[in-house]
Amino acid sequence: MVAATLAVTAGFVLFPLVFSNPTTTSIAFFALVYMVSATAWNLFSGFSGYIALGHAVFFGVGAYTLAVAAEKLHVAAGWLPFALVPLAGLVAGLIAIPFGLIALRTRRHTFVVITIAIFFIFQLLAFNLTFTGGSSGLQTPFPLWTAVGYNQRFYYVALAVLIVTVAVTVVVRRSRLGLQLLAIRDDEDRALGLGVRTGRVKLFAFVLSAIPIGMIGAVYTYFLGQIFPQFAFDPLFDITIALMAFFGGLATIVGPLLGALVLESMQQEFTLRFSAGGGTYLIAYGAVFLVVILFMPRGVVPTLRDALANARARHVGGPGVRVQAPLRGRP
Amino acid sequence: MGSQYAQAVVDGVLTGGVYALMAAGLTLIFGVMDIINIAQGILVVLSAYLSYVLSVHLGLDLFVTLVVTVPALFVLGVAVERLFIRRLPDRDRTAMSILVTYAVAIVIEGILIQVFGTTPVQLHAPYVDQSVHVFGFYLPYIYLYGFLLAVVLLGLLYALIYMTRFGQALRAALQDRRAAELIGIEVDKVRTLTFGIGVAVTAAGGMVFGATNTFNPNSGYDLISRLLTIIILGGLGSIGGAMAAAVFMLVLEDVVAVAWSPIWSTLVFFAVLVIVLTVKPNGLFGHEAVRAQ
Repeated sequence: MVAATLAVTAGFVLFPLVFSNPTTTSIAFFALVYMVSATAWNLFSGFSGYIALGHAVFFGVGAYTLAVAAEKLHVAAGWLPFALVPLAGLVAGLIAIPFGLIALRTRRHTFVVITIAIFFIFQLLAFNLTFTGGSSGLQTPFPLWTAVGYNQRFYYVALAVLIVTVAVTVVVRRSRLGLQLLAIRDDEDRALGLGVRTGRVKLFAFVLSAIPIGMIGAVYTYFLGQIFPQFAFDPLFDITIALMAFFGGLATIVGPLLGALVLESMQQEFTLRFSAGGGTYLIAYGAVFLVVILFMPRGVVPTLRDALANARARHVGGPGVRVQAPLRGRP
Repeated sequence: MGSQYAQAVVDGVLTGGVYALMAAGLTLIFGVMDIINIAQGILVVLSAYLSYVLSVHLGLDLFVTLVVTVPALFVLGVAVERLFIRRLPDRDRTAMSILVTYAVAIVIEGILIQVFGTTPVQLHAPYVDQSVHVFGFYLPYIYLYGFLLAVVLLGLLYALIYMTRFGQALRAALQDRRAAELIGIEVDKVRTLTFGIGVAVTAAGGMVFGATNTFNPNSGYDLISRLLTIIILGGLGSIGGAMAAAVFMLVLEDVVAVAWSPIWSTLVFFAVLVIVLTVKPNGLFGHEAVRAQ
């Protein structure tokens, strides 16, 4: 397990050196952005079962934090703006506290809807406040790096954020907090009765999941060089990261990573090939997801893991042995 | 100045009726099936486009197009329920239904973009552009007709739910799924029909929406978030609550638009939801959550 993790990490580190073509590295960069987002979303929604459709708020808050701070502090282009990335995470985390306090008073469907409503409030604010530049958006400093080097630098910054995010998720999953979240997902009232301080646990996980998304939103904005309200606060982002996490397998570590890697790379390929109409991409995206839900209702990773375990059991134990993994949620 | 507010209230009531029509299907589906149909927003847009095609290419009157679009959407709803919703495991119904119907919405949005592009369009008829002057108010005919249509259809829906055997079965399934099954109600069939009816009602709402607003395939997002706000405020599953909430919210939005600005009126719309839910987590007309299916 450790060897496999190290090998995959090494693969990710070497990737932009081997495939240095800017088109390839930019696709890889976007894949990392969504791998961070889906993993962070899963940390709250996957583990707790509360489907949040408002995490684009944190992405947008992170994006605007970097753009506004760089402008106000006159940060020069180059490595320096990356120093604002932790600040973006901090601001996103702070925003998540009142957001969570309000939204987490409700459950199930009402929770979903209130996260959507809060998302739209933030989007409208971004369009209409003066310091966000309204619909004309904001520019970030533009570093004069070569195309190859530009993408590689952003790739490694995103990779660093991803490694931290995954590490935090693994720690949470193996800790008391992870168990408490899973208990909330399975039966919140019973968890409360057994002494889990559900309100505190949910809020903490909610804030924790906001921070990496704020950070990666900032990196993304600096990469693009500009930010507009409709891209910083994008309703499609909300659902995309949820679908990615679901595609791979909710409440697993590998699932959201795999889902984001596959689906985001596919989306970027589609955009490159069929630049004319956005429609084909949406159709393909929705269709892939519906097919997965019909044939692998628990997501790709848990289904494959069970299939593998069954094949192994047949091989070793002869006929009649079926291994059924618990419903969901092994690391 | 005062008449401006009165006009805003009248406009709000009339458009509120149309939103009630669109929200009725959503809250009905929720009440019986315990799922949220995120695709409802794009289905409104889809029906508006269907009415658009029928009126532009076949020259049909907007209200006549409903003869085609309502059954078409009913069939679509039944198909979606049969293909996707029914297969969802009971355990994760809430979460999964949202993701699945969102995926359905994305597919429909993609198809609409491919066929119609993203240029906004609007439905046209003589009564869309003309207005009648009564009691000092200017009322576009389409708002009046749309409101009447909403009243008639919501009345029919009420009659269906409270005066027919199917309605009894539906209410039984709503109250307690297992008990309903025990007394011989085919709950699966009731659910499929409910989903079909909930989506079919949307077709009428879609036509009026398309005649009173410009729309493109992206309009579904704004619409679904408003409709969800309305049904949450009205108390999930309550058609009467949805009607009251729709009228209340649309009047509020129109009045804020006059008093302040149209930009911030949309913000008020969502802010009201947030404020209400912090005080009453079950909505204005909702009851304690007693469903445990």
